[in-house]
Amino acid sequence: MNLDPKIPEGPLSEKWSKHKFNMRLVNPANRRKYHVIVVGSGLAGSSAAASLAEQGYNVSCFCYQDSPRRAHSIAAQGGINASKNYQNDGDSIQRLFYDTIKGGDYRSREANVYRLAEVSSNIIDQCVAQGVPFAREYGGLLANRSFGGAQVSRTFYARGQTGQQLLLGAYSSLNRQIGLGKVTMHTRHEMLDLVIIDGHAKGIITRNLVTGAITSHAADCVVLTTGGYGNVFYLSTNAQGCNVTATYRAFKKGAGFANPCYTQIHPTCIPVHGEDQSKLTLMSESLRNDGRVWVPKSKDIAEKIRAGHLDPNSVAEEDRDYYLERKYPSFGNLAPRDISSRSAKEVCDEGRGVASTGLGVFLDFRDAIQREGEQDIRERYGNLFEMYNRITGEDPYQTPMMIFPAVHYTMGGLWVDYNLQSSIPGLFVGGEANFSDHGANRLGASALMQGLADGYFVLPYTIGNYLGELGVSAAGSVSLSDPAFAKTEKLVRERLNQLLAIKGNRSPRSFHKELGQIIWDYCGMARSQSGLQEAIAKIDELKHEFWTNLRLNGRLDNLNPELERAGRVADFIEFGQLMCRDALMREESCGGHFRVEHQTDEGEALRNDQEYSFVGVWEYKEDAKPVLHKEVLNFENVQLATRSYK
Amino acid sequence: MKLKLKIWRQDDKDSQGLFKNYSLENVSKDASFLEMLDSLNEQLIAKDEVPVSFDHDCREGICGMCSMTINGEPHGPEKATTTCQLHMRHFKDGETITIEPWRARAFPVLKDLVTDRSAFDSIMQAGGFITARTGSAVDANEIPIPKEIADEAMDAAACIGCGACVAACPNASAMLFTGAKVSHLNKLPQGKAEKERRSLLMVEAMEDAGFGGCTNVGACEAVCPKSISLDVIAHLNRDFHTSSIKKILNF
Repeated sequence: MNLDPKIPEGPLSEKWSKHKFNMRLVNPANRRKYHVIVVGSGLAGSSAAASLAEQGYNVSCFCYQDSPRRAHSIAAQGGINASKNYQNDGDSIQRLFYDTIKGGDYRSREANVYRLAEVSSNIIDQCVAQGVPFAREYGGLLANRSFGGAQVSRTFYARGQTGQQLLLGAYSSLNRQIGLGKVTMHTRHEMLDLVIIDGHAKGIITRNLVTGAITSHAADCVVLTTGGYGNVFYLSTNAQGCNVTATYRAFKKGAGFANPCYTQIHPTCIPVHGEDQSKLTLMSESLRNDGRVWVPKSKDIAEKIRAGHLDPNSVAEEDRDYYLERKYPSFGNLAPRDISSRSAKEVCDEGRGVASTGLGVFLDFRDAIQREGEQDIRERYGNLFEMYNRITGEDPYQTPMMIFPAVHYTMGGLWVDYNLQSSIPGLFVGGEANFSDHGANRLGASALMQGLADGYFVLPYTIGNYLGELGVSAAGSVSLSDPAFAKTEKLVRERLNQLLAIKGNRSPRSFHKELGQIIWDYCGMARSQSGLQEAIAKIDELKHEFWTNLRLNGRLDNLNPELERAGRVADFIEFGQLMCRDALMREESCGGHFRVEHQTDEGEALRNDQEYSFVGVWEYKEDAKPVLHKEVLNFENVQLATRSYK
Repeated sequence: MKLKLKIWRQDDKDSQGLFKNYSLENVSKDASFLEMLDSLNEQLIAKDEVPVSFDHDCREGICGMCSMTINGEPHGPEKATTTCQLHMRHFKDGETITIEPWRARAFPVLKDLVTDRSAFDSIMQAGGFITARTGSAVDANEIPIPKEIADEAMDAAACIGCGACVAACPNASAMLFTGAKVSHLNKLPQGKAEKERRSLLMVEAMEDAGFGGCTNVGACEAVCPKSISLDVIAHLNRDFHTSSIKKILNF
């Protein structure tokens, strides 16, 4: 597997501009001869599809939802980072770069992260020009807030709906191109396989989710912007439809999968309520700007609160443990996500958790309300408080919120080089679907930044370079009559029919739940060698049972959500095992990956830079275990240090 | 909780639909409405019946995918709440709940509770954007926008495009949706250049898609899960009429 990251020569700050100059251009008159497929219509997909179409390429865009506007980027609440330094608090490209590298626990590629920081300012300009209604100060200038893992205020936001507003911006640009006929939009279509011709990605196979029609689509290159794989845990903050199928299918076709074990468990979600729960709801991390996280110092008090015998407001100050402020005095409640989540797990493991299940900690606004007044807090977080109230039936103005960590984002993804091209030529990957920028842990408000950076400012250049290298004579030359399409289409159809033919006793959801529990127990916030080995064995059994005891009703040629779920669960099962293998291989703790064998005396993560400063890239092998390849990470500009937020 | 459910079943776009009755036991009052339907579907699969299809995705009230009329009200009885955020604690033990798809000519039923809302996308494609080519933007603080204007634009931009407004309207009008989109963009200085064109084209696309006219009933505002105000319709009317007159007078 060729893992040349293709990092341009020269100083860090000049790499991207030099590279842009060195890339091939396609003559505007020739661009219309090329056809690009974009799968997924979230921030990365919509922005890439719109920008490529603006440049003159023909684009087909696919999404499984009924409208591109519904992709799960829409649910991001808190904000988007940019190194504008509008607050004059010492921010710069260099500082955003450094914070992101450090936040990722030194497991990301310097050149990619620098570029991300570099284009971050352009993103804000672009979004404002599109009419994104960011929060503003009375003077009319843009407002900012601070977010976990940073000591500057660089986060731009639109109430608690930043993701929605940014996506509506990208969607509006996409709509303009659809209206102009430059983008053909295929909604309610799911990509079920990738087509490779002569070693290059040249098309996809989709299922029309309404009619069930299986169809081939040819193009000069394929872009996957299909999001993350958090739903492997069954319960996560992801949308119900989020899945790993597109990227896992690409993996099975030869694309390297990088760092699958790096998953982010978000510290501020609403605790689980019961058996029927289908998803977890995140409360924006911005709440930690004003909310103080605590649990009782003693188990006795915690027990009384759990049983409903004690009102948390009546717990005396000296009986409260503001554990983040105590352990990390300089970052306090704004400690990065991985650290905050793990700390919550620790106090709950000690029996000091609250909520009826004992799996919860308080996020208390009492002091902020006293200091700022209820009206101010309402302005800042009103919609989040309402959402909390709607779900739990409790009023956070009166009684402290309860939160617990939940799976939220996946840093791992398909391996890509500096051009965001995977190990399959012609297959580009953007947004959460790739592994590129967040290392082992993502900082808050950086996902939106990365999705839009990839889609607006990176892919339109690097794809142009790839198409330019192909040459005009090759433009549009891929034909659906190529036998690779018929062959792949046949395999897709056979697999779906196979799922329908099992006629066993268990629903797709029951398998998904069981898989999720295995992954959460063994590959969640704390992982161990024996646990991971056990998980791998359990998943083998689960896979066998799935393929012999699945029950599906309904037809192939009709809208059939259970069939969709079954296909996704089948891929999640295999992928879950890959995650566990990756976690087992990585004998260190870094970011979201915490191996209990590797911790300091104080319980902090213990990295092993000597042996594990690499990207773990897995290659699929038919009927054999996947093979590990390594892309060694070279740090030329940042000194590797133990990440400290104390 | 025990529930009786009366649910619209329709095999596909061209079939006749009908209500079917189901009963469901052991429903947790903390479950969401969609989690209740998940349990029903698990039960149907166990009985070898075809589960009920319904649209849903984020389950946190922002994607706008979930769409069903519950006891005659789009998104059910709670104010400013999408179906996915509606919890069973708002229903009574033993209650009969009637569940139907959005009913509107412009939103044909595809299966059971799933409708085709692509007509909304076609309105947006006609003019629901500000032309801003990638990479051509000026510095974001170049144009200060008074907080009040930004807030008003944000109020309108909160629309999630679910279509409840259309489902609630006796005329199946899309004026609240279109008004929200037009207000968001027309209020902002960046949106002024295309204001007139946008207003005309979006209204035209709305009419072409088969939505009815507005007769000021106000049901749309009452069911809107994001509390979009009727003011956006007034705004749309104003911008549409001034644009039309300007066009006629050739200004």
